[in-house]
Amino acid sequence: MEKIQQEKANLKYQLQSTMERKSSKKRKIDRLVTIFCIICVGLAIVPLGSILFEVIKNGISALRIEFLTQRPGSMISGRGGIGPAIQGTLITVGIASIIAAPAGIFAGIYLAEFAGTGPLPHAIRFFNDVLTGLPSIVLGIVGYIVIVLVIGSFSVWAGSFALSIIMIPIVVRVTEESLKVVPNSIREAGHSLGIPKWKITLHITLKAAFSGVLTGIVIGISRIAGETAPLIMTILGTSLFFTGFDDPVDALPLRIWRLASQPYDSAHAQGWAAALILILIVLLFSVTLRFLAARKGFKVRVIRYSNL
Amino acid sequence: MSRTLKGPEEELSPTLQVSKISESVEIERPTEVKDIPPPKLSIRNLEAWFGTKRALKGINLDVRENSITAFIGPSGCGKTTLIRCLNRMHEMTPGASAKGQAILDGMDMYDAKVDPVTIKRRIGMVFQKPNPFPTMSIYDNVAAGLKLNGIKDKKLIDDIVRESLEGAALWEEVKNELNKPGMGLSGGQQQRLCIARALAMQPEILLMDEPTSSLDPIASSKIEELVHGMKKDLTVVIVTHNMQQAARVSDFTAFMYLGELIEYGDTKQIFENPRMELTERYISGKFG
Repeated sequence: MEKIQQEKANLKYQLQSTMERKSSKKRKIDRLVTIFCIICVGLAIVPLGSILFEVIKNGISALRIEFLTQRPGSMISGRGGIGPAIQGTLITVGIASIIAAPAGIFAGIYLAEFAGTGPLPHAIRFFNDVLTGLPSIVLGIVGYIVIVLVIGSFSVWAGSFALSIIMIPIVVRVTEESLKVVPNSIREAGHSLGIPKWKITLHITLKAAFSGVLTGIVIGISRIAGETAPLIMTILGTSLFFTGFDDPVDALPLRIWRLASQPYDSAHAQGWAAALILILIVLLFSVTLRFLAARKGFKVRVIRYSNL
Repeated sequence: MSRTLKGPEEELSPTLQVSKISESVEIERPTEVKDIPPPKLSIRNLEAWFGTKRALKGINLDVRENSITAFIGPSGCGKTTLIRCLNRMHEMTPGASAKGQAILDGMDMYDAKVDPVTIKRRIGMVFQKPNPFPTMSIYDNVAAGLKLNGIKDKKLIDDIVRESLEGAALWEEVKNELNKPGMGLSGGQQQRLCIARALAMQPEILLMDEPTSSLDPIASSKIEELVHGMKKDLTVVIVTHNMQQAARVSDFTAFMYLGELIEYGDTKQIFENPRMELTERYISGKFG
């Protein structure tokens, strides 16, 4: 009898000591994984930080009020500014997002709420993903063929058209994903009150997914604001202020590209400053939208950005 | 308040009424003889599927007006499916279908001419988990059904919101914070908010699918009290897996097993003197 108890105690002791050893090993692994994650965060942040630092360092010297408002002057002297480029970017991106945001949102609504399962929604999703991955220069060529050749001039319309086609698939995807995260019980609650489905979708489901949809629009606008290639084929770039929707305009990415390809230091400084302005515009826009959304009481929800 | 949201009504053919009701289960009251309320909702040969799996095998049952009917039975017996068939919510699940008759005041809601949306305006529903609309305030949660069904009279909506919150015994707790988000309430309050939201539509029948299963005992007893008080104005159908709750709150009880209605009758009779052996075994806790 005593022997058995002795053995039991022994076993218990052994078990505990192995468990302790194992747990100390587990703690080590735990720490290792944490350190690894921190290193990866560093790897992601360092380039971002150094880019921002570099842009500010090189661009700040050229940044003056006239730089923001004036037309480009002589490249050698470093006079003049990027007024037309800022104006052109705001107009082109503005029109593009006015087209792309509703189109993308409603397409996303269709896929998430009405399409169900079947070959058609499957095909739409597939081609949408293909469109997301298409090189933007190709869409520039499309804009060139469809609009520039038809109206006979590089134009705001062509640029906005090309940019909106880049933005739509992003908005579609994010809208669909954020609607799918809304619990079905919310839709059922709407149905149980005898509310027609389209009203449930617009007034209840979409509202619940609003912060996600907004994030999609912000991502889309940030993406097209920095596009250069399609703009070369569509709005061409000019040193004049906006003269009409059928005429060429300038845009920040185009201006940065032009300034950077000059051999003069003053032009390079202007290029850095223009890049800084582009970053600030996108940042300001994104923060403002989020602020407005937060004030309306919508919680910012984390969503999946698969296939972006 | 007038029932402005009521759908069109049709007369039921007299032959159907007579023949069908005579084959329904008779309700016996051995001790006292009271007037049995007239049927509000007559379910006839109702079958429901999930894909090819048959979840309900021909249910016949009369839900009596201004009474509380409880559906009990072990998990998977089809009681939730049955209650979801009573406002045509079942068929909204992908792959699900239902056929048969559910006659509401003489109108078969499974008739091809009937729009399922209008049925849901007359028959309210409260779900297992509280599901207030997440972006809406307390006020808007209650008003949503009215507003989104096209009612614009601000005064009328105000009145109905207050009346409904009072009806759900929530008014006193929230009257000073009607503009706060509905999600900020406690679980029990959220469920009463959902009841108020359903009551705002002035339903003739209220379907409750295990309304207290995610609540603590105090919140549950509040809801039970509420349900008990509601039957003077409307007809209540409640699904519960809590037999004490069914015994406490309901007038009639239906016991279901494996998609079939085993026994239906007066709650007292079902619990004290069940006719079927299966019912007796379930009620005494021998299975389920």
